[in-house]
Amino acid sequence: MRETLTKTRPPKIIPAELSGADLVTRGPDAKGRFGIYGGRYVPETLMPALMELESAYKAARRDRGFREELSSILRDYVGRPTPITEARRLGEALGGIRVFLKREDLTHTGAHKINNTIGQVLLAKRMGKTRIIAETGAGQHGVATATACALMGLSCEVYMGRKDTVRQVMNVFRMELAGARVIPVDSGTQTLKDAINEAIRDWVTNIRTTHYVIGSVVGPHPYPLMVRDFQSVIGREARAEILKRTGRLPDAIVACVGGGSNAMGIFHAFVPDRGVRLVGVEAAGEGLDTDHHSATLVCGSPGVLHGTMSYLLQDRWGQIKGAHSLAPGLDYPGVGPEHSALKDCGRVRYVAVDDEAALRGFRLLSETEGIIPALESAHAVAHLEELAHVLGPGAIVLLNLSGRGDKDVATVAGILKGRQKT
Amino acid sequence: MNRIDLLFKRLQKAEEAALIPFITAGDPDMATTEALLEELEKAGADLIELGFPFSDPLADGPTIQAASQRSLRGGTTLEDVLDLVARFRTHSQIPIVIMGYYNPILQFGLARFAERAASSGVDGTIIPDLPLEEAGPWMREADAHGIANILFAAPTTPDTRLGRIASKTRGFLYYVSVTGITGGRTELPPDLLEGVRRAKGTTKRPVCVGFGISTPEQVSLLAPAADGIIVGSALIRVMERHIQADDTGYGSGPGLVEEAGAFVRSLKEATRHFQ
Repeated sequence: MRETLTKTRPPKIIPAELSGADLVTRGPDAKGRFGIYGGRYVPETLMPALMELESAYKAARRDRGFREELSSILRDYVGRPTPITEARRLGEALGGIRVFLKREDLTHTGAHKINNTIGQVLLAKRMGKTRIIAETGAGQHGVATATACALMGLSCEVYMGRKDTVRQVMNVFRMELAGARVIPVDSGTQTLKDAINEAIRDWVTNIRTTHYVIGSVVGPHPYPLMVRDFQSVIGREARAEILKRTGRLPDAIVACVGGGSNAMGIFHAFVPDRGVRLVGVEAAGEGLDTDHHSATLVCGSPGVLHGTMSYLLQDRWGQIKGAHSLAPGLDYPGVGPEHSALKDCGRVRYVAVDDEAALRGFRLLSETEGIIPALESAHAVAHLEELAHVLGPGAIVLLNLSGRGDKDVATVAGILKGRQKT
Repeated sequence: MNRIDLLFKRLQKAEEAALIPFITAGDPDMATTEALLEELEKAGADLIELGFPFSDPLADGPTIQAASQRSLRGGTTLEDVLDLVARFRTHSQIPIVIMGYYNPILQFGLARFAERAASSGVDGTIIPDLPLEEAGPWMREADAHGIANILFAAPTTPDTRLGRIASKTRGFLYYVSVTGITGGRTELPPDLLEGVRRAKGTTKRPVCVGFGISTPEQVSLLAPAADGIIVGSALIRVMERHIQADDTGYGSGPGLVEEAGAFVRSLKEATRHFQ
């Protein structure tokens, strides 16, 4: 396949129906739209279920009992609120900025994913669903879903691309230990995108008994809204804590973006604070001039995938391209629709960091603070250098440390050992 | 009056149901699809549903997924499919409906696609990931160019919603036989006939049934209740027995077109046996 460059750039003529500049960033509206993005591009069979889910979710959100049950599980089981750690030696290494880490890596199961799965499984139980399905790429969302289902006694099946089941054997086993069944997906590219296709196909078939726990702020309405809400606890806690600790708002907030749930989670509370720079870091993989990256917002163009209109990696005929990143959780050719709206209106700046830089970030945080970040979060760490340069000494930066790096240690060790030999 | 409306008017008089075979354009290659269009019409197909491939066909089962993959492997584009219809249209008046996912159409440009489709002789579109709420922009373009955008109703669709869909669909209403994805099934749901009658009760437009229908017996069971019957995966499975693969891609072996024709002939026979 040629056309590497042209294919990753937006088409020259953006169709009229995609050109809306007047974006609502606090949405979504009643049709599930963030400006022109979002919506519900799904088979008719799913439409009644999405409407049912939307009204059940809205009712739950108003219900004090639901809110209290959710927050007590988040406190007593997940371990919230998570702390904020000032990374002093890291800040010094970066020329004297102050870096604060929001420690989602310290939650039960080791990543922010659990905030969402607890919320959704609790909701599914309230709706009388008896079976839960989920997709997973790296396995973190699968583990978090299996965990929530074990806690609440629901049966759980997780779709995972065949290639990912091989790359992430430990997470497959963790899901199975929690009583879930992992179903390898052999269609398409055998990765996250195809696991989502397969989960949607399952959901269409078993819609009456089953709830589909989507793992990011993607998919048809109300998922982008609901997942953002369940993750927004990250930003609410962080905003209050950083005000207490530093007496002011940070100059910048940085988070990695695959589908974009940890980033939406920390950004959401700060979107109205116009003085706070928001930066989303995508995966540039082997480089933006290759076909092996996941920089959907930086290089993609608007289109429809998995039930939502958003930026996508696609060719000029609208076929979806494979994504690549060393960080399996960023390896997705789409992104949440709210991020697309936030990009277009300029409220959030999206950048991309390649595999090499992410590895440097991984080592930098480990060496300076004794904290091993997930490879996904390491992309955000890697961007700090540029931020420090722009903001200058004394600036306060809040980084969402979305997960811990235990799952990636074998991958990184393999790469580093390989280099020593050559 | 367009070709779809004329067809159902004729069939209603003749008291027979339409037989609507589905194939994916470019599966296993474009030359085969071109030959298949001729053959299917000869075999008695009343309307042809011609799919174009998409990388992520989330409403489709393994059979149509595989067909889509084979077609993409051959490099089929939406433009190729329109060109194919235009060539076929020079000597055939059988109604042709294009089936595919929304993103390729969106990237083509809605207005440009409507224009090109109309001038190529496409009569309608079936877009499984474009439900009523999202269909507005495309329906406006389609209506302006005389293309019928066909909407789905499912067993899960409540009555009031069914009424709204029925009033907005053009050409016919596509009733999904099962709660699920496409793919041949040995048994259809026991309440299917009731579902078809429910759909019929909401609209004067023809109601065609699809998903999972794979044998002449199933067709003859449904023919008295439905205005048309759509068969896709079962037909592709007949073709698959003759598809050959090598390093360069896919092609058809001897007998593919003839057997596909014979299968469609047997299905069409079944639409006439209910009087």
